[in-house]
Amino acid sequence: MNKLLIAQNLKAYYRLVGGQEIKAVDGVSLDLRENEVLGIAGESGCGKSSLASILGLTYTPPLYVHGGEMLVGDENVFTMNKEYLRKNVRGTYISVVPQGAMNALNPTQKISSFVVDVIREHYPEISKADAIQRARERLQALGLPERVLSLYPHQLSGGMKQRVIIVISTLLNPKVLICDEPTSALDVSSQKVVIRLLMTLLREEIIRSIVFITHELPLLRHFADRIAIMYAGKLAEIGPMDQVIFDPVHPYTSALMGSMLTAEVGTKEKQVQGIPGVPPDLKNPPVGCRFSPRCQYAIDKCKTQQPNPETVGDRTTWCWITQTSEKASGIPS
Amino acid sequence: MLDNSNKRKSKRDTILDIRNLTKVFGAGKHATVAVDNVSFSVGRGEIISLLGESGSGKTTTARMLLKLMQPTSGTILFNGRDITSTQGRKEAKEYWTHVQAVFQDPFSSFNSFYSVRTFLTNAFRLLPTEPSDSEKENMIQECMRNVGLNADELLSKRPHELSGGQRQRIMIARVLLINPEILIADEPTSMIDASSRAGILNILLGLREKLGMTILFITHDIGLAYYTSDRLFIMSEGRIVEQGTADEVITNPRDEYTKRLMNDVPVLERQWEI
Amino acid sequence: MGEVFTLLFKSKRFIMGLILFCTLLTFGLLGPAFTGIDPFKSLGGLFDAPSAQAWLGTDNLGRDVFTQLMYGTRTSLLIGLIAGTIATLLGVTIGSFAGYRGGLIDETLMGMTNIFITIPSIVILILLSVAVNIRSAPAMGLIIGVTGWPWTARAVRAQASSLRTREHIDVARITGMGTFEMIVREVLPYMFSYIFMAFILQLSSAILNEATLSMLGLGPNQTVSLGIMLQWALLWEAVRTGAWWAFLPPVFFLTVISFSLMLMNSGMDEVFNPRLRKS
Repeated sequence: MNKLLIAQNLKAYYRLVGGQEIKAVDGVSLDLRENEVLGIAGESGCGKSSLASILGLTYTPPLYVHGGEMLVGDENVFTMNKEYLRKNVRGTYISVVPQGAMNALNPTQKISSFVVDVIREHYPEISKADAIQRARERLQALGLPERVLSLYPHQLSGGMKQRVIIVISTLLNPKVLICDEPTSALDVSSQKVVIRLLMTLLREEIIRSIVFITHELPLLRHFADRIAIMYAGKLAEIGPMDQVIFDPVHPYTSALMGSMLTAEVGTKEKQVQGIPGVPPDLKNPPVGCRFSPRCQYAIDKCKTQQPNPETVGDRTTWCWITQTSEKASGIPS
Repeated sequence: MLDNSNKRKSKRDTILDIRNLTKVFGAGKHATVAVDNVSFSVGRGEIISLLGESGSGKTTTARMLLKLMQPTSGTILFNGRDITSTQGRKEAKEYWTHVQAVFQDPFSSFNSFYSVRTFLTNAFRLLPTEPSDSEKENMIQECMRNVGLNADELLSKRPHELSGGQRQRIMIARVLLINPEILIADEPTSMIDASSRAGILNILLGLREKLGMTILFITHDIGLAYYTSDRLFIMSEGRIVEQGTADEVITNPRDEYTKRLMNDVPVLERQWEI
Repeated sequence: MGEVFTLLFKSKRFIMGLILFCTLLTFGLLGPAFTGIDPFKSLGGLFDAPSAQAWLGTDNLGRDVFTQLMYGTRTSLLIGLIAGTIATLLGVTIGSFAGYRGGLIDETLMGMTNIFITIPSIVILILLSVAVNIRSAPAMGLIIGVTGWPWTARAVRAQASSLRTREHIDVARITGMGTFEMIVREVLPYMFSYIFMAFILQLSSAILNEATLSMLGLGPNQTVSLGIMLQWALLWEAVRTGAWWAFLPPVFFLTVISFSLMLMNSGMDEVFNPRLRKS
């Protein structure tokens, strides 16, 4: 199957005043396949937003790429020249809807000028009228009201703003759309509508794949094909949605699922457990598995050696105690 | 307003009775009705949730119940006593020994200039008789223990040295020092990570188990409301549109708004059709 | 709090401003102790040019300008300090009370403040000086202070108003804290840097106001201040006779004092508003 993006051992750090570095993304390898929704889930501080900005090529200092490769086609994106990237990759191949995008719209300008900005950034030869016409046609095709183009951001509801941003970010038909917490500030009904739009875009092949970043795992259950769980700058596991959610292997994933409260029968009887402790300091991450200080199953090896990835079927896990060679009994899944 | 729970109104006596509570902001053409003629009652030792999206009026209602805001009209009865219009500081202080709160933002809930010890010691000013210094010390130690925190380690620290979860626990420790009959928890875990959430919720639920405290959760998180509460009150645009036991409201909603809410919230059991 | 001071002392602008200001302060405070010359006794002719006996020449009555400069700086700084402190205290009190309480109190106090702001302060200063017929340095300080607070009050009120919505205020309220204690414990500490900066600006404007009043003849009796030196120079036509030493030095000192305070303020702004710091 066609892989649109391959990240190999990506490392991205924040360089602080004073020389220290925050190892926000520290050795992440994943691939993005055509026609899929890849969910990246984790709690605050795990590095998922930093990863999103690296994958979307929107990172700025003090965040920099420390190591690793990102392949588009067969070429490493980090070795391409800046002009080529700006013309042919950023915005045209990969488009990003960053966190809080809907609050970043210029309040003194109508939506139509936002459209013109986006299109002319990549195709300066297109006239204003043509750009707006293109947006109009796309809105029509997706069943959204055209009149939003002549409105100001404050005149739109949260859900509509987010949908408008998504439509405009995909006007140039990027292959990859990366969304960072696009629905966190929305109520449940608006959330569903936004996700419905994303799936429509995918179905109509306007975009070819989606990377959806969130901290809400139950949300991914409804539309993600695969899920990657991130913790302290590294991946814990990555695999098909129903495996990760209903049959997690990594202790962190199980613990995370165990602390989710969903509005359905059975939740009241659930023994909701949290995870004691706090995530590690990414300036000085622990030697060995990052989760081992908080893991109830940790063995000596976990504390001294970083787990190697093990792939079973379509799922890859980074954990010593679940590796087939080290299988310990009695780990609830 | 749909109410399934009248027949099941418990042998619990009513600790809080809210009648026709209304809050209007602004005047004339620009008047916004934030809380529109809201009436409900809470039994002693019950855990209820005011559930609604932002703008539903739930936070405004909570602030009126905490006497942080004067209602435009309506009555609040606490233990049968009308406390709506008590204005004097002495009466307000007396009320606050019975009704306390935990707020949403663990970062701005603390004065960053004072240590944890100063913060907790401040709570003693509410008590009718001031305890002796050694009594104060014992009470602080015990309350910190009850929220799972190491007093010796944390008392001298300042808020910015603690995690969000630790700060919320200290908030709860403060409530324990005052030992009110009612606790209003306004989105107590929405700014806390999922893995730390359960611990805090379990402490809050423990307040009812061990101390018989009545708890009002103010939240938009349906899962949280369902997990913690006996009864739910769904609020929308300043009104209560549905109320009932948690199971009834979640599994068998009657109001259109509630039905849409339950349909749109992501659950694990049933997948959306999109 | 300690970290703030360390950062402050790393700011080049703040240090430069502080050094400049302290140099002039030392000149004004300690200078008189070292010179034996009486600024009011004439020791030469009218408007003598600078010489070995009078480093900056003499003024209209033959008195030593250099010594006058020392005593003058001291007086001006003293008046500025008194005025600045009064203005800051008044402004902070009125502003924080109005901002915290809101409602009718806020509207009344701010209405009053706005009236003061719209009337040119120089007019109020002149009228007050004439009405209060005491011509001493402290009295001047008081008058200038009592007219300088509106700007600070407005700025502090805006800050207090926005701080009021923070949740730690709610927590303090439901712990039964009263208004006065609330303002002192929960609001003012957050405005410390702001208030400090306001004080520096008040100081600067007060010193300039003193100079203006003194030049108009409303300055303190029996003392010499920078403004009074300018008044003498004006009245005795030092400009026309080319006696630059009689008016340029006080002008220069006033400029440098103002500039040094502004520099300190700019440095503080950088430290207290991290967004301005270069990354």
